[in-house]
Amino acid sequence: MKQKPAYTEFQPRLYRPRISFYWWLERWHYLKFMLRELSSVFVAYFVVITLLQIRALAQGPEAYQAFQTLMAAPLIVILNVVSLLFVLFHTITWFNLTPSAMVVRIKGKRLPDVLIAGPNYVAWVVISALIAWIVIGG
Amino acid sequence: MAKRSWVPLFWTLFSAGGVVAAFLIPIHIVLFGLAFPFGWLQPPTYEKLLALAKLPLARLYLFVFCSLPLFHWAHRFRYTLHDGLQAKHLDTLIATCTYGSAIVGTVAAGYLLWNL
Repeated sequence: MKQKPAYTEFQPRLYRPRISFYWWLERWHYLKFMLRELSSVFVAYFVVITLLQIRALAQGPEAYQAFQTLMAAPLIVILNVVSLLFVLFHTITWFNLTPSAMVVRIKGKRLPDVLIAGPNYVAWVVISALIAWIVIGG
Repeated sequence: MAKRSWVPLFWTLFSAGGVVAAFLIPIHIVLFGLAFPFGWLQPPTYEKLLALAKLPLARLYLFVFCSLPLFHWAHRFRYTLHDGLQAKHLDTLIATCTYGSAIVGTVAAGYLLWNL
């Protein structure tokens, strides 16, 4: 890295417009970005729920029953529905970004985005079905 | 010698956590957060679920399920506060709290699963 150029007395200040605190409400695109970033809060929320679940499992049947009762509480159910919507938003935006993160060229031609994003969705369905099968059947 | 940066490590954890969260968290919410509480599906008994969770592979799975998405959250939440809410002056505090929480959660997951 080069050294920063030194200011002289006659140098004009850089023009830096003030950005509104609510800049992310100005356009749908910005809002979408902010909602995507906020999806991580719901990811963390469900990890905490899972940690509580593991703790309840370790403590015994009564503790696990209490955990199940907690999961049926109206406030938790609402949180879970909202979390699911946010996490699905994360999943979809994440999969749709893969073509930008991973450019595959075959014989010099760029593979269409759908062929890179698509397999993620297929794998997602398969993995989800497998987990459901193991939890319910196993 | 150039100063080593922590950014690539945290970015890798963010990215890996993003993948884990995208693939695994939706079905967990559907099952444990909605389908079982609402009675759409018959939940496994306590004994069956405990036996399942005790399997070494299941413990590893649950550890990854808890740890990596926490680092994903930490990274995203840090930059949401940093750029979104323009809290640049608090960056050290924010980074300590977010990555610190992810580390605490990881240790808690490791402890719980080890002693399960």
